[in-house]
Order: sequence, then C-alpha cells, then structure tokens
Amino acid sequence: MIPEIGHLALIIAFVFAMGLAVIPMWGAVRGNSAALNLAPTLAMGLLVFVAIAFAMLAVSFLKDDFSVAVVAANSNSLLPAIFKFSALWGNHEGSLLLWVLILSGWMAAVSWFSHGLPSVMVARVLSVMGMIAVGFLAFSLLTSNPFERLLPNIPLDGNDLNPLLQDPGLIIHPPLLYMGYVGLSVPFAFAIAALLGGRLDASWARWSRPWTNVAWGFLSLGIMLGSWWAYYELGWGGWWFWDPVENASFMPWLMGTALVHSLAVTEKRGVFRAWTVLLAIFAFSLSLLGTFLVRSGVLTSVHAFASDPERGLFILIFLALVIGGSLLLYAVRAPTVASRINYTAVSRESLLMVNNLVFTVSTIIVLLGTLFPLVMDAFSLGKYSVGPPYFNAVFVPLMALVMPFMAIGPLSRWREDSAARWLHELLVPGAVVVVFALAVPLLFGGRFNVWIALAVLLSGWVAIGVLKDLWRRLGVGSGYGLRWQTLTPSFLGMATAHLGFAAVVMGAVVVTQLNEERDLLMEVGDVEFLGGYRFELTALSRQAGPNYMADQAVFEITQGDKPIATLIPEKRRYFASGQMMTEAAIDGSVWRDLYIALGEPVEEGAWAVRLQFKPMVRWLWLGGALIGFGALLTVADRRYRRQSTVKSAAIAEATGLAG
Amino acid sequence: MHPARKQRLILVSLVVVLSSTAIGLAAYALRDNINLFYPPAEVAAGKAPIDRTIRLGGMVVEGSIERSRDELDTTFWVTDYKASVAIRYSGILPDLFAEGEGIVAEGRLDEQGVLIATQVLAKHDENYMPPEVAAALEGNTPRSAAPYQP
Repeated sequence: MIPEIGHLALIIAFVFAMGLAVIPMWGAVRGNSAALNLAPTLAMGLLVFVAIAFAMLAVSFLKDDFSVAVVAANSNSLLPAIFKFSALWGNHEGSLLLWVLILSGWMAAVSWFSHGLPSVMVARVLSVMGMIAVGFLAFSLLTSNPFERLLPNIPLDGNDLNPLLQDPGLIIHPPLLYMGYVGLSVPFAFAIAALLGGRLDASWARWSRPWTNVAWGFLSLGIMLGSWWAYYELGWGGWWFWDPVENASFMPWLMGTALVHSLAVTEKRGVFRAWTVLLAIFAFSLSLLGTFLVRSGVLTSVHAFASDPERGLFILIFLALVIGGSLLLYAVRAPTVASRINYTAVSRESLLMVNNLVFTVSTIIVLLGTLFPLVMDAFSLGKYSVGPPYFNAVFVPLMALVMPFMAIGPLSRWREDSAARWLHELLVPGAVVVVFALAVPLLFGGRFNVWIALAVLLSGWVAIGVLKDLWRRLGVGSGYGLRWQTLTPSFLGMATAHLGFAAVVMGAVVVTQLNEERDLLMEVGDVEFLGGYRFELTALSRQAGPNYMADQAVFEITQGDKPIATLIPEKRRYFASGQMMTEAAIDGSVWRDLYIALGEPVEEGAWAVRLQFKPMVRWLWLGGALIGFGALLTVADRRYRRQSTVKSAAIAEATGLAG
Repeated sequence: MHPARKQRLILVSLVVVLSSTAIGLAAYALRDNINLFYPPAEVAAGKAPIDRTIRLGGMVVEGSIERSRDELDTTFWVTDYKASVAIRYSGILPDLFAEGEGIVAEGRLDEQGVLIATQVLAKHDENYMPPEVAAALEGNTPRSAAPYQP
C-alpha cells in the first residue's frame, strides 16, 4: 500500500508541476494577476507531494519492503538503519527522486524569500523551474519509477547496498552535491525570467546573486566531500582522479565560479549583462549534462548505477530542449544594444574579466577531455580514454594564471585604477611572499622543490592580498580605531573563499610533490619506515561486523621513541553480496596523514599492504570547506534583505510589469 | 582610435590569445594522453602499438593468476574468448579483481607481447561490467560455457 501512495503522490506532483509550468506563465503573458499569484501555491503543492513520495520510499526502505524493486536491489535486512535510509539515493531511481525533492525545495525557498520581488518575476522564475520539474518527474515516472513492485515473486532478502556506499560520507555527499547542482537552476530560472521580461539590469543581478552564491557554496561542499570520501573509502589514497563523473560535477562548479564573479560586476556596475545571462544558462546546462553523463550509463563509474539506453535518450532530448530553448530565447531577447564600456583596462572589471576568461576556458578544457571519448565512441572511431596527465597539463597552468590577479582583485577599484597604485599597495607584501617562497620549501625535507616554491608564492600572494584588504578596511594605523563595520558578510565570505582556494592549491601541490607511498608484503613483526615514521605490524585478527566479516591488521606507529598512533585497517567481506571492501585506516593531522590499506593475503600470514605518507593532504578539504562556507556566508549581507522595501518601486518598473 | 573601440580591440585580442593558447595546449596534451582500448584478440594479432600506453580489457582467465612469493608482482591472462594476453602488474590489485571477472588494464606492451600494467581497474560492484569489456566480448561465447561433449 505504501509504495502505491508514493506513486500516486508522485503523479499528483507531476500534475502540480504541469500547472506551475503553464498557468503562471500564461498569467504573465496575459497580465492575469490571479494566474500569476497561483505560482507560490503550486510550488508549495509540488513540494508537499514530492516530499510525500520521498517519505513513502524512505518507509519502504526502512521497513525492508523487498516487494519494491529498488529496495530489493539496493538494501538488505542486515543493513544498519541509517544506511537503509541513505540507500534510498544510492541508486538511479531514488537519486532522481532526491533530485526532484531538492528542486522543489529550492522552488519553495524562492517563493518564501521573494516577498520583495514583483509577483510577475516570482511567477516567471517558479514557472521556469516548474518546467524543469515536469521534465524530471516525467523522466522518473516514465523510465525510472522508484515504486515498481516485484510481484508476485517477492525476494526473501535484498541484494544489499554496494559496500562502497555504506559510509557516513555517502549519507551527506549526494544531498549536498544535489543542493548545488539543482540550485544552479535558480540563477538559470532568474536569467530566463529576465529574458522573458525583456529587461536585464542590476536589480536582476542583485536578486539572482545570493541564490547563486548559496548553490555554488553547496556545490563546493559537495565536491569537497566526494573527494574526501574517495580518499578514505576507495582504499588507495587518491583525492582527485579526473574521472568523468567527477568532471561532471566539476564543470558546473567552474562555470559557477565564473558566474559568481560576473554577477558581482553586473550587480555593482551594470556591465557584462548579456554575458552573465549566458553564464547562468551554461552553468545549469552543465548541471544537466552532468546528470545525463552520470545517469545514462555512458560512463564507467561507481556513480553509474544502470545503463539503459532509453533513459539516456530521454535525458539527451531533455538536455537538447533546455539548452536549445534557452539559447534561442537568448538569441532573440538578449540586449541587442551592446552596453557601453565605461571602464578602463586597469580596473576591477578587467580583473574579474580575467577570472571569467580563465574559468570559462577551464570549463571548455575539462568538457573537451570528458566528451572526447564519448564522441569518438559514438562515431565508432575507437574506444579512447583521456587520462589525468591531459587535465593536469592544461588545468594547472590555467589556475596558476588566475592566481596573480586574485590578490589584486579585492584591492582594486571599479571603473578606473592605476597599476602604480597596485604596486604601491602590494610591493611590500609581495616582497615578503617572495622571501617566504624561497624559504618555506627548505622546511620540507631540506631539498628545494621548485613546485612547492611556486605554490607558496602563488597561494601566499593570494592570502596576502586578502590580508592587505582586511588591513585597509579596518583602517589599521589610521588613528581612528578599527572600523569593524566595514567587515560585511559579503567581504568576509569573499575573503574566506579566497583563503580556501589558496589552501587547496597549497595542499594539492605539497601532497603531489612530497607524497610517499609503498606497496609491500608484511607479516606480523615486520617493520617499515616511511616519511620518518616507523610502521610495525603487530597483530592480525578476524572480527565480525553487523553485515560483514573483517580481517584486521594492527599497526603500531612510532616516531623515534614517541608512540604516534595505532591504526587498524580492515578487509571486509560483505555477507549479502560477497563483495570485498578495503577499509583504510588513517591517522590524520593538519600537516600530514598516515594512511594504511590492506591489499590481499598473499600466503600464510603475509598481507599485501599499502603504506602512505601524505603531507598537508587535509588542506585540500579544509580549503574546500572554506570556499563553501565563504560562499554561504555572503548571503547574510544586509543589502540582499534591504532591497525588499527600498527598491520595490524601481524593481517593478525594471521588470517591465507593464509590458 | 576611439577609446571604446581600442578597449574592445584589447579585449578581443586578449580573449583570442588566451583561448587559442589554451586550446593549443589542450590539443597538444590530448595527443599524448589519450589511450586507445584494444581487445585481447587485436593485441595478440599484433595490431596494438608497443611504444605507447594502451588500455586492454577482458575477462581474467580462470587459473591464470600467478603471484610472486616475496614481492607484489602478479601475472595473469585476460581473454575475450578469441585470444588471451598476459598482463604483469606490481602492486595492490583492486578489491573486485578475481578470476572470471572483467577488468581493464592500462600500460605498455613489452617485446614479448606482455602488457606491463601501471593500473588495473575492476568494476565497482558485482553486477557491473566495464562497457569496453562488454563490447569486446560481444558475440564471443566462452569455451567453458559450450556444452560438454564426451
């Protein structure tokens, strides 16, 4: 009964989405305010029914209802309850339902927090998002029904969740990532609504900006968690693989980075308008492309749950409709009169343009490397794979190129600035950073490493730019006391995110350069030295878990006479699927991780073991978290709330309510 | 020149220079870093190059896995049921590597036609087959599956 209620709720949600896609849009065209004002109600209805469907599926999982195909394929009665719940999105059908749930959550948020916006704008935005919901609900109902039953042959027990996904990281990684992915539909909907309204101006950018920052912040956190999960769960200590599925989430992030910065220019200066709209369209299109790549089964990956050509075709058509339709609209409605250029080559606008260029080109590079194998395969030109060296060779120089400008950006002035002033502001800090870049690499093992020197130089440069900006805003040494009120959430968020970026770069370069790794055979009593630490295998044992049996190895780690840690890596065999899993053991700290993973038993009492010493690897995720939280912090800025009362008159005029 | 026009000229040239450098760099990097997939039959027939990295995939032949006693060297054969190729790998194999399972290995062929693998990829879960391997196996029936004739 419960799955049927869920299925029914999903169908009702589809009807609400259809209504939302059509009625307010019609109202906007005809100037019918009753139809317009229906939008928030329809969005709420959509959320309620999608939530009911989601809850019914969750209940089916928690109650081990193996007559539901998805539950039987992805859960098991022995699975701990929390993983039964997260198994809901550990599969194609359920993750799609989560996608739609989050989409309707964003829609409800838009209708709650948009009291200051003219109702015609809200109606258009919600209606565009309703169209997206129609597409995904149709996809769910027609090709991937999560409530399909296995009748009359109900399995006695489920197939189990892939052990790789039985991990706390996987409980929060997909929802966070989806928050970001799907959240990019909000700036997209704002862009389309603005194009429909016919007026693109600063107020549009101001509405769209906090949503974009939040979505981009969640996307950053989601990607960061995914990388962390891969690091400790896949058992070989890598943190980024340039896997097509990683790229699928990374491309919207790169485009989103350009969008976040471009929106700043459009909000503050009213320029780059058409470009910003285009970026908003591309960022969401890349989210959809990512969904297509991951869900259509064209990729070999832990994320590719199923390969069903029908599903791939559906998303491909949907993708073509969304991208084609929005670009067509853009071509017809984008501002035909080029905005007058009222800034000079040396100005903050130009610096942000450099950011936009670099991040757009980076997106294209990653897109090229990701799609190349698919295109070659589609035309039967051979089965290629594009390896990490390609991405590193192009992506790393591009990031190095943008960093020198990152320090200047926050200090620069809009419209017109001078290189002499930049020099004046940054000469002393720059000199300090150069000294650091020459000295710091010597601290790492004594040998001068040019890559680490470069990383310290660039990251230090970015960091010192942020600090100098902070210094200047506070008015240190001005004699009037510190001006704390200048530290707005906008500024703090930006500063945090930039420092996070610098931390990611430091972590990535140091761990790549100084990583030590050894695969070897070890028996009880064997000792190995790595990175100045002594690893001793002291015992082997066997332990039963709730739904698996584990071989454990106990390692005592010491440095000199000082005990550092006892690490117990495991090799698990899961009962239901018989699948083997490596559970690595990690001793982590800010400056280094010690990482041990078990390979396989080779002969009596001897195990293949992988030992790793990974300096500063945590800076990657720490930096990623700073980027995400920085972006979320910017929303607290007062100017996004003040707009509602002060500017509503101007806004009503700007959106072309009359026309 | 009119300042606005000069500005636009600078802008356009900046865009052109940056994107063509990047695309050039990308094309160059792509040339050296794409790896073509070969099924075992083509490798055995000598169609695969020996001086560059390739990918090779198939089913691990039953009983072919040989581990060295004191090091982490492993030699095994993969087959597409038309021909088999030997692969040598030093290091820890993935969890789901086993006899009779589909794998993809990346590496270079030596003169004896043995693939010296730098990476071995197995599937991520029990019901999944790497698409390259599935395509390579298509239409070939495993000999072991043929009806036994006394």
